[in-house]
Amino acid sequence: MTDGSSALTAIARDDAPQPLESGPPAVITTTGLRKTYPGGLTAVESLDLTVRQGEIFALLGPNGAGKTTTVGMLTTRVVPTGGTAVVNGVDVVADPALAKVAVGVVAQANTLDRGLSVWENLYFHGRYFGFGNRAAKEAADDLLERFHLSARAKARIATLSGGMAKRLMLARAFLPRPAVLFLDEPTAGLDPQSRLALWEILGQLHAEGETILITTHYMEEADRLAQRVAIMDRGRLLALDTPENLRRSLRTGGVLVLRTEGDLELLARRIRLVWGVLEATPGPGELCVRLGEVDGALAEVVGAASRAGFTVHSLSVDEATLETVFISLTGKALRE
Amino acid sequence: MAPAAGEDVVAPAAVDDRPRTSRYTVMRGLLLRDLTVLDKQLGEFLHNTVTQPLLLVFVFTYLFPLIGQGLGGGTEAGASRFASLLMAGLIAQAMAFQGVFRVAVPMAIEIDVTQELEGRVLAPASVSTLATEKIIFGAILALFAAMVVFPVAAFLPATPIYLVVNWPVLLTLTPLACYTSAALGLTLGTVLKPSSVPMLSGTVALPLAFGGAIFYTWSSLDPVPWLKYLVLLNPLVYMSEGMRAALFNGVTHMSLLAIYGVLSVFAVVFTVLGRRGFRRRVLS
Repeated sequence: MTDGSSALTAIARDDAPQPLESGPPAVITTTGLRKTYPGGLTAVESLDLTVRQGEIFALLGPNGAGKTTTVGMLTTRVVPTGGTAVVNGVDVVADPALAKVAVGVVAQANTLDRGLSVWENLYFHGRYFGFGNRAAKEAADDLLERFHLSARAKARIATLSGGMAKRLMLARAFLPRPAVLFLDEPTAGLDPQSRLALWEILGQLHAEGETILITTHYMEEADRLAQRVAIMDRGRLLALDTPENLRRSLRTGGVLVLRTEGDLELLARRIRLVWGVLEATPGPGELCVRLGEVDGALAEVVGAASRAGFTVHSLSVDEATLETVFISLTGKALRE
Repeated sequence: MAPAAGEDVVAPAAVDDRPRTSRYTVMRGLLLRDLTVLDKQLGEFLHNTVTQPLLLVFVFTYLFPLIGQGLGGGTEAGASRFASLLMAGLIAQAMAFQGVFRVAVPMAIEIDVTQELEGRVLAPASVSTLATEKIIFGAILALFAAMVVFPVAAFLPATPIYLVVNWPVLLTLTPLACYTSAALGLTLGTVLKPSSVPMLSGTVALPLAFGGAIFYTWSSLDPVPWLKYLVLLNPLVYMSEGMRAALFNGVTHMSLLAIYGVLSVFAVVFTVLGRRGFRRRVLS
């Protein structure tokens, strides 16, 4: 697992020979970052994170995990009550105005300017960020083209679909070429097609070297997009690694789902006795069995079920997923 | 917390090859944005600014003298005096209303309902800069409103109006009044709930107007001392009296020292409260 301090100390000077483990420089570094809202709710407790240049970094967790508050602090909207956060070399608390130059934000809600057209939303954002008239016009034209929004250039914001609004917000956030892009639950509430379109664009931005931090409660999204995933719950960081290493950390041979009928509690008790079974959880009409890395465990489970008099109608085997990682860390499922 | 070794080498290199930005750049961009939106709503703005003064001037200073229902003592000199004091009051009211409500109402809605202010808060400047821009834009609107109302109030009355402009007062008081109105708008916008916007005309606009020395001069309230001192809490009183001092040199008005002094205090207080409120609403 990579923690903040080791990643930071690993950053070497450009002119010095780079140690193999150093990797790209950190764009975001938080140390003991904390937020307690007035009223006493602590949304984030002592967060230590390092996000490196060029990576897609996912904060994964259920609602209320503190992801949005974390993004809020890193983008100057939420004032931390403890610790430090440095984005692109700028302390976000000490100099929020300068820190804002380095961040592009796609919020969960539609924060587009309803007084302006689609094109004007981009143009004026460019002007706020110091683009001259011509540069802002060109940037707006380019990005509309690139994000497949040119046909709607003159449209009012209220007429955009959810997917288009998200794409426009992403284009707006990306326009000043920020050091890091933040996307808070970017695909929540989008239809599958819009979700794929957004993923594709994020993939392109990543390929161009953009650093991206996304928050999500969709396993698939984190798994598919991110090079590193931080799992958060109740304001705490539970794990941080590549999706692959997180899965491997479970030392599990996968999850077996048996569809059957009868007294599933009884079946669960029998199955738990089978060598190689880590956990058996009865659900409606099915039994979920987490397997250890033991050869032949699957056949043993099916055999034990049939010896106990249960007819297995169907069974499916899933590789360990981030979902199972999450369950094993928190003892609960991610609510989608 | 001591910076870890090597932290200083994380130079914001990417920042350097981008266009330079400063609070003035951001403010100019935001003003440009606000003017663009105003341009789109120009018809509605003019309609909203002109209708009420137009009706008041029409009924009180055109219709009443014609139908013999005189205001100002029934004489032509009295009617002319009334048309003049009303004109100054209406210009002050236009400034105050457009300055206050054109800042307060959109802000309340953009913060709470549409959340779009969140997008503009990301512009690379301090939150105070964004709040100041709102005041400046509101002041521009207030000035614009005053210029729109001037010809209506000056040329429509049936009785002649004798303008004796005190230029130094006009050129200094108008910006001060416009600024103060917009700062009050910012303060109001950050405490206003969108659900109470429809009630504004009854709860804020009417008391502001009827207690604002628009239809009467402040000194003429002598017979009603409690009211005379109560209305001193109303910033519009100083704007109306100030406009009288600026446009009708020689007409009785409150002392200039009181007008400038109190308006300046209001300007400072509303700026501080407005900025603080804005900060509270956009940061958490």
